[in-house]
Amino acid sequence: MKLLLPIIALFVVALLAACFAWAEAVSLLTILAYTSFLIFAAGFVYRMMKWAKSPVPFRIPTTCGQEKSLPWIKTHPLENPANAWGAIGRMAGEILLFRSLFRNADVKMIGGRPVYGSAKWLWFFGLMFHGSLLLVALRHLRFFTEPILPFVNGLSALDGFFEIGVPALYLSDAALLAGLTFLFFRRVVLPQVRYISLFTDYFALLLIAAIAMTGLLMRHVYPVDLSAVKTMVAGWLVFAPVVPANAGVMLYLHLGFVFVLLAWLPWSKLIHMGGIFLSPTRNLINNNRSVRHLNPWNPAVKVHTYEEYEDEFRDKMKAAGLPVEKE
Amino acid sequence: MKKGKWGLIIFGLVIFIVGVTFPVWYGAGTSAPAPVLDMDTPVIKSMPNKKCVEDTAFIRAHHMKLLDAWRDEAVRDGHREYTAKDGRRFEKSLTGTCLQCHSNKSAFCDRCHNYVGAKPSCFSCHIVPEEVKK
Repeated sequence: MKLLLPIIALFVVALLAACFAWAEAVSLLTILAYTSFLIFAAGFVYRMMKWAKSPVPFRIPTTCGQEKSLPWIKTHPLENPANAWGAIGRMAGEILLFRSLFRNADVKMIGGRPVYGSAKWLWFFGLMFHGSLLLVALRHLRFFTEPILPFVNGLSALDGFFEIGVPALYLSDAALLAGLTFLFFRRVVLPQVRYISLFTDYFALLLIAAIAMTGLLMRHVYPVDLSAVKTMVAGWLVFAPVVPANAGVMLYLHLGFVFVLLAWLPWSKLIHMGGIFLSPTRNLINNNRSVRHLNPWNPAVKVHTYEEYEDEFRDKMKAAGLPVEKE
Repeated sequence: MKKGKWGLIIFGLVIFIVGVTFPVWYGAGTSAPAPVLDMDTPVIKSMPNKKCVEDTAFIRAHHMKLLDAWRDEAVRDGHREYTAKDGRRFEKSLTGTCLQCHSNKSAFCDRCHNYVGAKPSCFSCHIVPEEVKK
């Protein structure tokens, strides 16, 4: 059921997009383009501000390396950063290389004993998926820039290096689908992961898969007039929208899924694209022992120190024969 | 919380906003209209019925697929004749058919290909007639 609902939701989106294409409600296309982009950008900023305002009174980095202490004890500056550079290096490893996932371990019961082993599949396919998604997004800049940025053309040439078919198959497209397939079957096949998977998990994967599939179909099976597509995008950019002439239904499906993704992204788990920068267990310097951190909203507590106590009761203490610090 | 936190947050958000709106200010409000294709070649001018192999909409979207199929059929199977949907017959040849009419590659082929960033590998083997004359 948790898997069926996302599939139904995607079919509804596809059906709506196809209806719009059939009814040629193309002004709606323009409105949806602007609306979904605004929801994406504003929602992204809103979620970031909300996280930034969340109180993090103390340093809570997760550490798995020796903290900086005495000079003759070997420290691990990445696992337990003692300064900003360490924290930056740690975040870079996390964002660019998914370092935490690299440590993913698997446990099996062998002969009645738990045996731990390395499990790098999630790291490998996760990195492959995210990397190729970035490449695909950058390659789409050819529709958004005129003249096309030189690096975009270079990227496309490199991506289609093997010239499989006409137009050439992009390797990042194949890698994207391979990554998605693994991530999807991981959720479906492993009972533990299936148990904790929700609508949003399946929907995210299937939505991106639908975008990739319609994009691939549009490139390789049902070609569209690309110059009409670029004219449409260029029209959006100068706020003078134009209607693409007889673009195929595949374009409308592709765009329909993309608009849903844009509008849904800030409110879903996919906002981790911004959230990863704000994860306090990773981005904080571990200086809990070298720097005193005061809880910023501690109330002012009225204290009565021993010195004040002794000043107040010195006579009585002396009379009772108790030792005092000051005579 | 850390000093300078809000500075970093604002810095990150500015990078995000500038990044996602990059195409708008890269174009700086200048529109990028679809390229105008030059049909002004001697052969096209002399044609009484100016019609491509198939209708324009099909050719615009599918020409690379058609040429790819032609290449395979002509070179591998030796089938060198193409019958269009309306019954006219053509030789399956880029140089012999397409480029006879569209002899102005830089004002025809290249304009769209540059506009959408397509880099066809046709001309790494095929010669461009006008380039030979020069």
